[in-house]
Amino acid sequence: MLVNRKAPHGTIYALEALEVALVAGVFDQDVSVVFTDDGVYQLTRNQDTQVIGTKNFSRSYRALEDYGIRKLYVEQESLQARGLATSDLVVLVQVVDAKRLGELMDQQDVVLSF
Amino acid sequence: MRFAILVNAGPYTHQASDSAYRFTRAALEKGHEVLRVFFYHDGVHNGSRLSVPPQDERDLPKLWRELAERHCLDLVVCISAAQRRGLLDASEAQRHGKDAYNLSTAFRISGLGQLIEACIEADRMIVFGD
Amino acid sequence: MAMLHTINKSPFERNALDACLRIATPGGSVLLIEDGVYAAIRGTTVADKVSTSMKRLSFYALGPDLHARGYSEAQLIDGVQVVDYSGFVDLVVNHESVQAWL
Repeated sequence: MLVNRKAPHGTIYALEALEVALVAGVFDQDVSVVFTDDGVYQLTRNQDTQVIGTKNFSRSYRALEDYGIRKLYVEQESLQARGLATSDLVVLVQVVDAKRLGELMDQQDVVLSF
Repeated sequence: MRFAILVNAGPYTHQASDSAYRFTRAALEKGHEVLRVFFYHDGVHNGSRLSVPPQDERDLPKLWRELAERHCLDLVVCISAAQRRGLLDASEAQRHGKDAYNLSTAFRISGLGQLIEACIEADRMIVFGD
Repeated sequence: MAMLHTINKSPFERNALDACLRIATPGGSVLLIEDGVYAAIRGTTVADKVSTSMKRLSFYALGPDLHARGYSEAQLIDGVQVVDYSGFVDLVVNHESVQAWL
């Protein structure tokens, strides 16, 4: 499981975490990707980075499915706290509450956080 | 037990590299195996052979180097993270037409697959970062 | 076996402690390291939150990080256990997996 808790563009963590997810997908492992806290901002629509010069990788989250990664979880509490709904996101995700996310985390062999 | 370590932050700015180093040393001293330390994000700067900290300060790249020599540690720097940040080994420098390289010989440059492989093979993966 | 959660950020600067307490399931352990150790100190505005969470999570603080910041065992919230790096390694061994709340 990869856990994203940081917003994109302000730091490189989101982009480099996405690169890990894409490589993990190739390894034929049961990979899930979590977006919680500011990590949910990675998935918002209408990102336009042209003027700031950073890479706009938001569309690449759609490619995760092609790499065999279908388990994308967004924490409900984080989404709500930021005034967001799933319709604001670039990919289809499963919305889970904090309790359920904790249970999912418990089931993992490895949790990588960025 | 077999550990793998991921270091996500550079030396000196964050304490994370120090924590990772002390954890790795403690694990080895207790007889555990550390099958790989993977350096990602700014963590790649731990692999510099050119750092020159003041004499009264710890030299983290040197500490890693000495630990690796003592325990045959596999210290791996992520190639994409390293190239972004200007950390190259001799062959990468040559391949990209650069006139110098700066990766310490105790480290090797490789892809993110090495991180995933370490996750699969290790009993425990511990992440240190910002 | 349960999960070990590491927190390396001050609860006054980042939300790592809050996020961990929100998501961690009962029976797990929280190890406070680096600036995270400030959450282990008695008499702060987060101390109640930590004490209340002890009903479902075990709390540890890394001694060397505590001492480096000028604090001693005597100033900790009751119930927080102090470990050194060797104890950190043991905690990792004795839990099934580790989540770092970076």
